[in-house]
Parts: sequence; C-alpha cells; structure tokens
Amino acid sequence: MIVHVGSVLLGYTGGRAELEARGATVAAVLDDLERLCPGLRFRVVDEQGRVRPHMRVYVGSRPISDLSRRIAAGDELHLLGALSGG
Amino acid sequence: MATKKRSSALLIGTAKGAFLLEPSGRRWLARGPFQYGSKVHDVRVDPRDGKTILCTATGGHLGPTLFRSTNRGKSWSEATRPPRFGALPRGKKPARAGGSRGFAVKSNFFLAPGPARERGVWYCGTSPQGLFRSDDGGRTWTGVAGFNERPTWWDWTDGGKNESPEGGLLHSIQVDARDGEHLYVSLSMGGTFESFDGGRHWKPLNRGVAMDFLPAGEVREYGHDPHAMLVHPADPDRLYQQNHCGIYRLDRARTDTWQRIGDNMPRAVGDIGFPIAAHPSDPDTVWVFPMDGTQLWPRTPPGGKPSVYRTRDGGRRWQRLDDGLPRTAWWTVYRQAMDADRGERRTALYFGTTSGEVWGSRDGGERWERIAEHLPRILSLRVSELA
Repeated sequence: MIVHVGSVLLGYTGGRAELEARGATVAAVLDDLERLCPGLRFRVVDEQGRVRPHMRVYVGSRPISDLSRRIAAGDELHLLGALSGG
Repeated sequence: MATKKRSSALLIGTAKGAFLLEPSGRRWLARGPFQYGSKVHDVRVDPRDGKTILCTATGGHLGPTLFRSTNRGKSWSEATRPPRFGALPRGKKPARAGGSRGFAVKSNFFLAPGPARERGVWYCGTSPQGLFRSDDGGRTWTGVAGFNERPTWWDWTDGGKNESPEGGLLHSIQVDARDGEHLYVSLSMGGTFESFDGGRHWKPLNRGVAMDFLPAGEVREYGHDPHAMLVHPADPDRLYQQNHCGIYRLDRARTDTWQRIGDNMPRAVGDIGFPIAAHPSDPDTVWVFPMDGTQLWPRTPPGGKPSVYRTRDGGRRWQRLDDGLPRTAWWTVYRQAMDADRGERRTALYFGTTSGEVWGSRDGGERWERIAEHLPRILSLRVSELA
C-alpha cells in the first residue's frame, strides 16, 4: 500500500514523503515501515501501543487509533503530525 | 607518544536544539543547533573517553529519544532503543506489586555517566519519573526495575499524573565514584533516594528537608521537592541540594539528616532557586542562583536583580557575586543550566538563562561576562573536556 508521511517524519524516511509498505493491518504496515525506516514506528506509536498524542494516523480520510484495523485493497495510509496549537 | 589535545567546551541544551560553544582565543564560537526543533534537556560528554556525546531530544510530535555523536557533533545517530517503560498487556491494569505502570516516557530529562571503571554505562532520568540504564554507550536502554517497578513507586512519585509543566521528573542521578553500586536520585515531587546495590533497592533520604507546601508540623519520609542535588566531586560523602524549600548539605558518612545551610543566606534574598554547582576540588564551595520565593514564585531573581551566591565554608556564609551581570533582569536559570569547569587550570563558572544568554566567569564568579546571546531558552549547560 502507499503510505504518505508528514514532514515531521522525513528525517526517518530519507526525505521521502511517499513510501510503499505491506501488511494486512495498520500495525503490520507500521512494522514493515520500521524495517524500511528504523526508528519510525516508535515516533508514531508509544511503548503502550498508543498513537502518540500529537501524531495522527489516517486510513484514507478516516483518523484511526486502533492499530489492529484491517487494510482493504486500495487503502492509503497517512502518518501526520497533528495540528497542535496555533 | 603524542597526547591528544583536549579543551573545555560548553554543551548547551535549549528549547529548540543543542549547541556547542567552544573557545577561540578570548571569544566563544557556537556550533549547532543539533537536533534542531527538539527540546534538549541534557547534553553530556562521556568523561571516560572525552569524545562520546549523548543528547536527549523531545520532539513536540515525535516524543522523546536520544542521540549520540563521537565526532564533536558533526554527525549523530539515534539510540536504537531509547528509554521506554515496559508495555502493559492489553486489558490489564497496573499492579501495585510490580510490573509496568502503563506509562509512556514523555521526556528524557537527565543524563549521568556511570563510574570510571564501567565504560559504556549511562543512566537516564525521565518524566514520568523513571530510571533507565545503558550498558552500550547509550545505544540501547533498559528500565531499572528496582526503581520503576517497585511497589512504593506510586507513593514516592506523583503516580504519573504529571501535573507540573514538565511533569514529574527524575533528575540529579549521582554515582559514587568509589562504588558504582552506590546511587542517588532525586525526584521533583518525590524526594531524594539512595541505593547501595546498583538500583535494586532504594531508601528515602530526606530527613531534615522542609515541606512548606504541607500544613505546619507535617513530617514525611518522602514527597519532598529537590530541584537539584549533587555529590560533591571533591568529597563523595558530601551532598548538597537546592530544594523547593531551601538549600541543604548532607555529610553522608556521619548522618542521614540534611542541614539547611540556606538559613545563612541574606534574608531579603532567601534560599529558593533551582541550580546548584560544585567547585571541582573544594568540597566547601558551591554556587547557587536564587529566585524570588516570597509569594507567587515568578521564577525571576529576587527584586529583579540577578546574582550568583557562593559559599566557601560549606554554607556558613554566602557571598553575592553579581559584578558584570545586568543590574536589572527578569530571566532565570534552570536546574541543569549552571556548571563549573572541572579543568585544573582555573575554576570557571557558567550559566545559561531562560532568555538564551550564556554568562561566564573565569574566576569563580568574581566577574561575569556575557559570552553568547540570542539562543533559544536554555534548559541545560554542561562544561566538559572534549578530545
């Protein structure tokens, strides 16, 4: 699937804003991304398995917090920094 | 054999990244920012090799991590496993008896190298209050279960509520130079604690320390609020602390009761503040930077007149040292932002301000000059020799 990455994560992707990753669930896709871009997963998800307070994960246009959500054909994932303040 | 040249450098953590100030003749040259855009609470050189630098970094979005450099900051690599609490299994509630408390580290706050003989050992204190250890020079970190998972963690800390601006902090990690198993840590909103077995067991060490925020007459074993605590580098049995409720000294070899040496400060100045710095070779000499603790605690110097105070007799008398500092200023100095040069040639003293200025004195505070300005808000300053 295609993964779109916000500017706050570009330091982990070698500057690429769009990546290709595999997985049947959001968690699996994040694991695959971790293999491609070491350190990225822990910037999005904390040690308790929660999306960090100022990060946002979208499947298509839907924000999600449940990482076990299954990925459907054609879905695209967005990993973005939240709007946190003015 | 040629000896590698070392020089003192100032490692500065700010709200927007880290900077390295290095002397160039009579001036200082700033390099950085490193970890640009992240809050850097601590940057330290490994005194065992004079070359490895560890730097904490907390991103507004990305959370806390740590970076490492071995080439004077030219390049950095991120810790492959930064400090993180144990995961709480889904659907489980934290148990008082032990195990994960279910928290995530919010910031890596305080770094301390292990003893000279144990190369590669580092400690890190976090918010919420956690103690972490690395055995590989800062690449990977593991929680010290004897502290983070002990049953009394709930009582000794604020239980992870994080109600202060930076949250509950574990700071002032001190390792006895004679015995690496002998550790001290201080917790904001918790007190000072001591371990004799490398962190497996801990005991409170707060007797004699005031708790002015409780009803008069209340005496407790923990729940105190040390702002900065140190083991004096010239005497491993001599401890000092700048507490929320005064300045204290503890001669650990003969007592477990802190003595309030801040009572000897001028009454109009008081003995409230955050940083305390130690002379490299005289155990009776420390410096503090008082702040207004009279009513609303505005985190400004008393009367808007900044000054360092020094004692040279273990706290019996204090001397005001403000020559060269502005007559009026409203900035202050955070708990990790004042340090003395441990070099042999001279006792230089430095501090960084909330307004992004660095002030230095080549003579222990007798005369001050501003050596850098226009930096972001300074959170920490360490003086270190760099190979």
